[in-house]
Amino acid sequence: MTTRTAELLMAILMGLLSVGLMWKSTELEIGWIPDRGPGGGAWPFWLSAVMLLCCLVTVYRWWRRATPQSRSDVEFMDRNTRRINFITVGSLVALLGLTHVIGIYFAIFLFLLFYIRFVGRHSWLLTGTLSVATPIFLFFFFEALLKILLPKGYSEPLFYPLYRIIY
Amino acid sequence: MEIFDALMQGFATAVTPQNLLLMMLGCVIGLFVGAMPGLGSVNGVAILLPVTFLVPPTGAIIFLAAVYYGAMYGGAISSIMLGIPGASTAVATVFDGRPLAMQGKADWALVAAAVGSFVGGTISVILFTLFAPPLADFALKFGPQEEFALMMLAFATFIGLGGDDIPKTIFSIALGLVFAAVGLDEISGQPRLIFFDIPGFYHGINFLVLAIGIYGIGEILWTLETSQGDVRVSQASFTASRILDAFKRLKSSTVSIISSSFLGYFVGILPAAGATPASLMAYGVAKTMSKDPDSFGKGNITGVAAPETANNAASTGSMLPMITLGIPGSPTTAILLGGMIIWGLRPGPLLFVNHPEFVWGLIGSLYMANLFTVIINIAFIPLFVSVLKLSFTILAPIIFVLCIVGGYAPTQDLHDVWLIVIFGVVFYLLRKLNYPVAPAVLAIVLGPLTERALRQSLVAEQGNVATFVERPLSAIILVLAVLLIVLPVIKMTKHKKKSAAADDGPEADES
Repeated sequence: MTTRTAELLMAILMGLLSVGLMWKSTELEIGWIPDRGPGGGAWPFWLSAVMLLCCLVTVYRWWRRATPQSRSDVEFMDRNTRRINFITVGSLVALLGLTHVIGIYFAIFLFLLFYIRFVGRHSWLLTGTLSVATPIFLFFFFEALLKILLPKGYSEPLFYPLYRIIY
Repeated sequence: MEIFDALMQGFATAVTPQNLLLMMLGCVIGLFVGAMPGLGSVNGVAILLPVTFLVPPTGAIIFLAAVYYGAMYGGAISSIMLGIPGASTAVATVFDGRPLAMQGKADWALVAAAVGSFVGGTISVILFTLFAPPLADFALKFGPQEEFALMMLAFATFIGLGGDDIPKTIFSIALGLVFAAVGLDEISGQPRLIFFDIPGFYHGINFLVLAIGIYGIGEILWTLETSQGDVRVSQASFTASRILDAFKRLKSSTVSIISSSFLGYFVGILPAAGATPASLMAYGVAKTMSKDPDSFGKGNITGVAAPETANNAASTGSMLPMITLGIPGSPTTAILLGGMIIWGLRPGPLLFVNHPEFVWGLIGSLYMANLFTVIINIAFIPLFVSVLKLSFTILAPIIFVLCIVGGYAPTQDLHDVWLIVIFGVVFYLLRKLNYPVAPAVLAIVLGPLTERALRQSLVAEQGNVATFVERPLSAIILVLAVLLIVLPVIKMTKHKKKSAAADDGPEADES
């Protein structure tokens, strides 16, 4: 996909988002309530209308080839970038998905293991040290020091002995 | 005298063991964050804000301000040693810093950057101390109409001075404001913009979700894309005699350093302008004022000192409107401002009246953070350089993990963390298409304040819209805002007409 196509596609997508936001805003009063000023939906409604207008201007400027992006026939994302972005975003989604199931600490361990070893191609020693030390540090920092409990999913029972130590 | 007494109180607050420790820690972390290519003060502050909930607000702001300061110093290290600006604020430092490093004079450049940063920081903090109290006093007269007008002025500066595509800038601002409107409508209490009835939207979209998404996830994606090439670290030798030698050479830069301090401070006050344009302008001014302008770009020590002075001065400058008016002067201060709201403080002129220990503690700490950073900077340069050699494939996943847990901590809702990742990816794509992202962050922080000011004004005046222009102060501010938007549009149309007349000229640069 060229940058020119990407520019148009993004403007259309953002325009649709703006319409969606305008429609959603109408759930509350978007007009004037006598003596009380604008209703609760007016502020987001008119802002979304401004967004839509900006997108229409961007599409017009795309048609006139007025922005550098609308003149560019360079590939929007080259192969290398696509690859690294796909791996990175994919592993982040996996990290979050796994957090719901096995909890954040084990998910972080697996994420770091994958990224440092298989994306970064670093040694097993470095990979192991970082992927074990990071969740342990985070556990003591958040749970013991800040008293903020991070999600543990099905791994919760494994933490009971640790709770007894820190609380 | 009153200011002097208050400042002394501020120093007393800043030197309590806890605050002193936080300041030093902040300086060191800031130096690292600034030195990492791709990460700047705004990333550091966005990612670290959640961890400051552990300490009282004064300690938290001292810590984050030290990170901000440290990052301004640190940016120079990678500009000089790697030839890659550690942050956009250090772009101008590369122009002469890199040639100096290639000539084996990296130590001169690093000392020039550190000294410039120190002088710029100190002069700007003195200006800050003198300007802030009278400005806050004046701002006490502001009603909701003036507050609303000020917010409009802040957005107008982004449109007028940001230098980005105007429709895309306005889109970014409006998007940030709409995100801020998600949750419960403050006045009627009704749920608003609850997409797909997902319960996570009831507590609104925290500004940190957007800030961490953009400056954490999005920024790293950006850096992963741009840093695919090889990075070469220059070698630097440090001996006392060479450092003394660098100091002697800096004498010729004195005028430039002092003028850059003032320039940086005043440019920094303007929202949207900030440290990057300040440093580029200072470089330009230093080159124009120099007796030997041709040596710039080939390794002139003033070419390193001037932009580094200006970017530190600008970072202090951008705190002035944040503290006194409640309007951030830069994306970093926008995040600090959001933090202040979470800590239960209301940013704006009343801070000086209601929380003097907070404001003066911060000011006192700025003086000291400056001193600490210059010492730590010069002492630990070899260490920073060795860390810079760390591969980005180690750094990136660790930053991702920090973003995820940091994004979870404030609301303890995984829904927010999913949003962080989604925003990170979407805003990375938007940024690739030249949509400016900083206005969205500013808007999501200022959104609730803007809407409240607008609706309060209208409710109090029974829906009379003319109230914004009937009050002289608000009218003046609104006129300024309109001018800021209109002027660049006129300039653009004139420019278009000219280039149409010339026709077939070279295409405008992408920036």
